[in-house]
Amino acid sequence: MKLQINELEVSFGSRRVAHVPQLTIETGQIIGIVGESGSGKSMTAASILGFADKLGARVRGSVRLDDLELVGATSQVLRTVCGSRMAMIFQSPATAFNPVLRVGETFFRAMSLHGEKSRSARADRARAAMAQVMLPDSALRRYPHQLSGGQLQRMAIALALALRVELLVADEPTSALDVTVQAELLDLIKALRDREGLAVLLISHDMGVIAETCDTVVVMQAGEVVETGPANQVIGAPDAPYTRELIASVPELIPVRAAAEHTDNGQG
Amino acid sequence: MSTLAVRPLAVSDEPNWRTRMRANPLLVAGGIIVILIVLIAIFAPLLAPHPADAGSATHPTDILRAPSAAHWLGTDQVGRDVLSRVIYGSRISPLIALVVVASACAVGGTLGLIAGYFGGIIDDVIMRLTDVFLAVPALLLALAFAALLPPSIGSTMLAISISWWPWYARLMRGTVASVRRRRYVENCEALGVRWWRILFGHVLPNSLTPMLVQASLDFGGVILTASALSFLGLGAQDPTPDWGLMISEGQAYFQTQWWLVTFPGLAVLLTALAFNLVGDGLRDLLDPNRMPSL
Amino acid sequence: MLRYIVRRTVSAVVVVLGVVALTFLIARVVPGNPAASWIGPRATPAEIAVVSRQLGLNRPVPVQIWNYFRGIAGGNWGISIHTHRSVLSDIVSRLPASLELVISALIIAVVVGVALGLIAARWQGKTADHVIKALTVIAASMPVFWLALLMQWIFFQKLHWLPVAGEYSLSLTYTHPLHSITGIPVIDALLTGNWPVFGSAITHLILPAFVVSTYAMGVIARMVRASVLDVTSETHAQMLRTLGFSERSIINRFALRLAWSPVAQVVALVFAYSLVNTFLVEAVYNWPGLGSYATDSISSLDTPAIVGLTLFIAVLYVLLNLAVDIFQAVLDPRIRLT
Repeated sequence: MKLQINELEVSFGSRRVAHVPQLTIETGQIIGIVGESGSGKSMTAASILGFADKLGARVRGSVRLDDLELVGATSQVLRTVCGSRMAMIFQSPATAFNPVLRVGETFFRAMSLHGEKSRSARADRARAAMAQVMLPDSALRRYPHQLSGGQLQRMAIALALALRVELLVADEPTSALDVTVQAELLDLIKALRDREGLAVLLISHDMGVIAETCDTVVVMQAGEVVETGPANQVIGAPDAPYTRELIASVPELIPVRAAAEHTDNGQG
Repeated sequence: MSTLAVRPLAVSDEPNWRTRMRANPLLVAGGIIVILIVLIAIFAPLLAPHPADAGSATHPTDILRAPSAAHWLGTDQVGRDVLSRVIYGSRISPLIALVVVASACAVGGTLGLIAGYFGGIIDDVIMRLTDVFLAVPALLLALAFAALLPPSIGSTMLAISISWWPWYARLMRGTVASVRRRRYVENCEALGVRWWRILFGHVLPNSLTPMLVQASLDFGGVILTASALSFLGLGAQDPTPDWGLMISEGQAYFQTQWWLVTFPGLAVLLTALAFNLVGDGLRDLLDPNRMPSL
Repeated sequence: MLRYIVRRTVSAVVVVLGVVALTFLIARVVPGNPAASWIGPRATPAEIAVVSRQLGLNRPVPVQIWNYFRGIAGGNWGISIHTHRSVLSDIVSRLPASLELVISALIIAVVVGVALGLIAARWQGKTADHVIKALTVIAASMPVFWLALLMQWIFFQKLHWLPVAGEYSLSLTYTHPLHSITGIPVIDALLTGNWPVFGSAITHLILPAFVVSTYAMGVIARMVRASVLDVTSETHAQMLRTLGFSERSIINRFALRLAWSPVAQVVALVFAYSLVNTFLVEAVYNWPGLGSYATDSISSLDTPAIVGLTLFIAVLYVLLNLAVDIFQAVLDPRIRLT
């Protein structure tokens, strides 16, 4: 699986809100996009999954999933890809699930939509997915308002796993969670990458979250990519002033920087 | 690893009132019509070709004439010029609406303020009271009161106000209750600021908006209710040129003299429409995060 | 859920009691001379004195209130000045006609209103949406009695398409007498297979029902549009899109289920308004329901009738709201928590 972004431009009317010149995500990679609100990261995610135009934006450029061009693709084509090869999890887990349905119902309908007609197979896949995110099966029978934020985010990931997606786009998945739950969720994402080869595009405003999880980091500011590269380089030896600001706002990272600089200096 | 030049942030695109106006053509249209109606009401004596017809003048030789050059909207069953009466009618409906809405806001708002701020048993009592009043549909309650009072514009205003205040009490109480819980109010209380200072200086100013928005939305409804009451004979009496009354009087002749009913009705429709548009537009303007109501 | 139902029911009962108290105020306190207004303008002073004693107007207020409540509970709502019959029996006998009108109007309003709202939401921003928006605003600004007159003029006067007065053609009472089961001609004719009356009843019903439905239709269409748009822009609709569901299925299968709840609420709201509109329309179309009863009572200053009617409608309204609240709790499990 290879997702390739080339010269992606997202605009509202004449105002450009996101510009990504180049980005590649392959199986087993966790790529992070970091930046504050308004930096264009969410619109980038929306363009990858093909619903940017629903929000009123115009998308230009290229987003290729293996051989399939997603920019300008018809909704039929997009519908075959979304929910079977890629899926998204959202910032607010409580509102992501339909409040009047039990969570498992959403699982089954989604699987049914993507061709799994056998009830028992759907149930099996759902249970297997729940096991992978370490939640009990009984959670499937609950309504969203009966579950905690952390549990709901895990369920959202489980849904993606049940659908056997290859790429997971996670838009601020930890912002609504508290710190300990946040750490558990990020560990889960890394474990899934290790075990299943799941590719993840992780979007966050929190440099600490990105630093902990991602292999490659893309820093966006005001819609433009300001810096990009392997995580320990971007964080250890940041080039752009904006990147420095983001790192500075996460106190835990400063020793990382110091360590990286020390290593760099040691190597000359 | 490369760093690209950073493009400066775009100039703030926070919409100013001009762009908002342009985005809301209906609000503007409604506003223009409202202003026109107010102007017509103010300048009625100058605009009406036969001002006396709006009063007790009668012309027995000119009855029931169809619209013509002499009488643009025809004449009624005692020969009065319909156009003049419709023009003068613009003084009545908006006035009733203004008085009703203002008094309902005053009474309802005050009760809501008290209920929301003090909470507890006062709140319960006042809310039960509003529940009871709200259990009866507004027009019906207004009808019941109006039927028992001597018919006049004043009774209409009183009757409608009585049926309208509970809604504002509810609204105000809800807003006040949530404003009261805000941090700066709690801080004031902790600092020992007197309750009436907090109430009138902090809580009230921040709680007015929803009620005022609802009030602007209600203008149209009150106009319709008032015209319904006068149609039933409970409001203005002859010879007052009230639109509802004119429709009622013209009903008997409607089959052949269609102009007696059509034009006053059209006037009610346009007035209510204008106020409704303004109310809706104001609601969108003041709370742009909401889904637009239109 | 049971707890919620019990709580709401208790609340409803309290409100009903409050409304009875309110009618007491209207009947005994508001009029200048309560006894005189209770038995009508043509009563002699002696009669007024008798009634005054009967009503217990000289007793202390709490006693009066108690007697009043007892009277209401026992079915004694006073004697109509106009018909000289018990107000309660008058109301009950004229209720079916008004119900026929209001319910038909609401059915039309829901069917057409929901359809229009869905169309407007689906084609948001396009011509259809703008047209529907315009129509709903006009519907909300329309004086219903004027529309009634206008429609009558167009469809009866000018086009001779539809009849103008009454529930069905009176001549049919001789040729095909209607056996009354529910008191509602359309249903009774259907149940007894009386097709001529059925047809006549339907044609008599269309125009007034349509006129009454206009306001409700507009409100419902707006509500459905706003609700569907709200739901489809919410995060879980976004999520459904990212899972590969089509717009149509998102609206039909997910949004609609959520949108029904506010629609139910709106129906309760517009029921009261529509009932009142029914009253206004009945006067124009000679419809033998509560509305014409109300207008007759008003012109004959029939206080017991007016007060009785107010109480009746209020109780009806409270019951309806209760039903809607329970219905909503069934539809939307989140509500059961409140």
